[in-house]
Amino acid sequence: MGDFRYWLAENKGTLLAVAVFVIMFGIYTGNHTAGFSGMVVTTAANKGVLLALVAMAQTLVVLTAGIDLSVGMVFVLANCLASQLVVGSALETTFGVVVVLLAGVICGALNGIIVIYGRLQPIVTTLATGAMFYGIALWLRPIPGGDVNSDLADALTEQLPGGIPTSLVVLLGIVLVVWIPLRRSEVGRAIYAIGSSEPAAYMSGVNIDRARLTAYIVSGLLSACGGLMLTFITYSGEASATIGGSYTLNSIAAVVIGGVSLFGGAGSAIGAIFGAFVLRTIGDLLFVFDFDPLWQPLFQGVILLGAVTLGSLRLLRIKNRLDLFG
Amino acid sequence: MTMTLSSFFARVDKPVLAAFGCIIVLLLVGSLYSSSFLSPEYLLQQLQVASFLGLIATGMMLVVLLGQIDLSVPWVVTVGGMMSTAAAGWGPLGEALAIPFGITCGMFMGLISGFGVAYLRVPSMIFTLGMNAVAQGLMVLRTGGFAPQDHSTDTMHFLATGRSILNIPNALFVWIAVGAATIFLLGRTTFGRTVYAIGNKERAAYLSGLPTQRVIMLAFMASGGLSAFAGVLLAGYSTKAYQSMGDPYLLPAVAAVVLGGTNILGGRGSYIGTIAGVILITLLQSILSVMQIDEAGRQLIYGAVIIGMLLIYGRQKKVS
Repeated sequence: MGDFRYWLAENKGTLLAVAVFVIMFGIYTGNHTAGFSGMVVTTAANKGVLLALVAMAQTLVVLTAGIDLSVGMVFVLANCLASQLVVGSALETTFGVVVVLLAGVICGALNGIIVIYGRLQPIVTTLATGAMFYGIALWLRPIPGGDVNSDLADALTEQLPGGIPTSLVVLLGIVLVVWIPLRRSEVGRAIYAIGSSEPAAYMSGVNIDRARLTAYIVSGLLSACGGLMLTFITYSGEASATIGGSYTLNSIAAVVIGGVSLFGGAGSAIGAIFGAFVLRTIGDLLFVFDFDPLWQPLFQGVILLGAVTLGSLRLLRIKNRLDLFG
Repeated sequence: MTMTLSSFFARVDKPVLAAFGCIIVLLLVGSLYSSSFLSPEYLLQQLQVASFLGLIATGMMLVVLLGQIDLSVPWVVTVGGMMSTAAAGWGPLGEALAIPFGITCGMFMGLISGFGVAYLRVPSMIFTLGMNAVAQGLMVLRTGGFAPQDHSTDTMHFLATGRSILNIPNALFVWIAVGAATIFLLGRTTFGRTVYAIGNKERAAYLSGLPTQRVIMLAFMASGGLSAFAGVLLAGYSTKAYQSMGDPYLLPAVAAVVLGGTNILGGRGSYIGTIAGVILITLLQSILSVMQIDEAGRQLIYGAVIIGMLLIYGRQKKVS
């Protein structure tokens, strides 16, 4: 019983995000004219998976008590690169996919190296590297366009025979291959330890540099996966600062809604995934209830502020006023 | 009391000196490309452009000194521009009140951010991002997805582009006035000292009896007001307000503050440094455009130079 209590306390944020998502998605499909059909779910899944991947990327860095303002730009860079390389024969396509993912790894590693060995603050570093990544994306694709291997794209963005969206399976695969092993590894525990208390982690002999570098590298990799999926959905690449900025913003919002602490050390990528789904469903709900699309940006901002403000309910439980000032 | 050169250097931070050094290097590099780079006319023009960024960076610096950050700059700038031009459309009274109205709207946005950060204890990074989205939402609603023909008033145009005394741009006078007020505020008032105290340790400041939460809220309000003021001037500069006019100002503002030697974790930094940072960033942008590098290369070089400069002198101490 004791174990369960601890598990519940640790995963409260994640469970809450799952619950909110299930309710909202239920309302959405209940009110959609097409109902709970394959197409509705697949479209929703495709949009959700893109943000979910970027939100997972953000989670890793946030867990180390950092922040990555370049995730959206890595996403856009991967999109532009993929629209150039992921075409042609099976061999060429495979090569393209590998290069795109490698580019993500390099971007993440660059962030990590500057933060760790350059000893610069993550927020400033990633703001500046984000500009660099955007520059490269723009250089690769000055005007929107490009192409992608349509067989692979269709295979990954439509649905399996059972009506299950393939993109969800891809997401599940990435969780199983990347997140779960990392979470259970020594490096994964070190990432949480750094976020909880870096001095304590250091004194306990945790290899801080290795863990932090891993977090940034995997973050870059996941953003690149997102960019790759975007290319499969849109069949083209576009170097758009607006897209990059909105994905960065939404990734942070998703992380917060998913119960990951911005102070580091608590939460999980699973929570962030559901946080991303919640955010995307909000947009869909507005659509279903015939809201004027012009209201959507305002609504998203208000929801974000509302969600983070709910978190300050904890202030009511504080007994010592000094605890306000962390 | 004569101040020797060495004691002068001892008083000024190393980052500030480095920033001024970089400015000189940039001017020299620029003069290799074009001889007009060192002409007074060109320099005054740069200072005029720098004034807009200077106002935003001033607000950003106040917030960064607290150990916070204001990511709502892009759309609060736009709010300033759009609301002042909107007021200009309401007849003679609106035209007269256009500038204060724009600034007040920005201050209101900043006030909400400040409330969230100071009293709700939400990390400023996320709360100001949210405010940015809300400001964007409000502006999108107002313009209805189109760009309304909102023209700035003559006063705004005059403030942003006019040159009244000695051929010195009016915008520069605005920056000088705001800068002088900020230097006084930070160095000579309880408010300013409280800002530094909070940046060093808010707990200690609170235990010393300082109204930390109120000061944080006011600092964010000032930041919002200054961003909006810059938006007002920008609208005057280009004679109209448009969506996403503030987008190119977030990274430069943060970069200017940090390059000027202000610690991003708060508590340390001087306004002279921020001035140096603003001029440095403006010159860098100007040189990149003079060299006729395309947008892609400009972004790449711009980010790389900021990282490079920070690596040279903005590193943190090794012990955590």
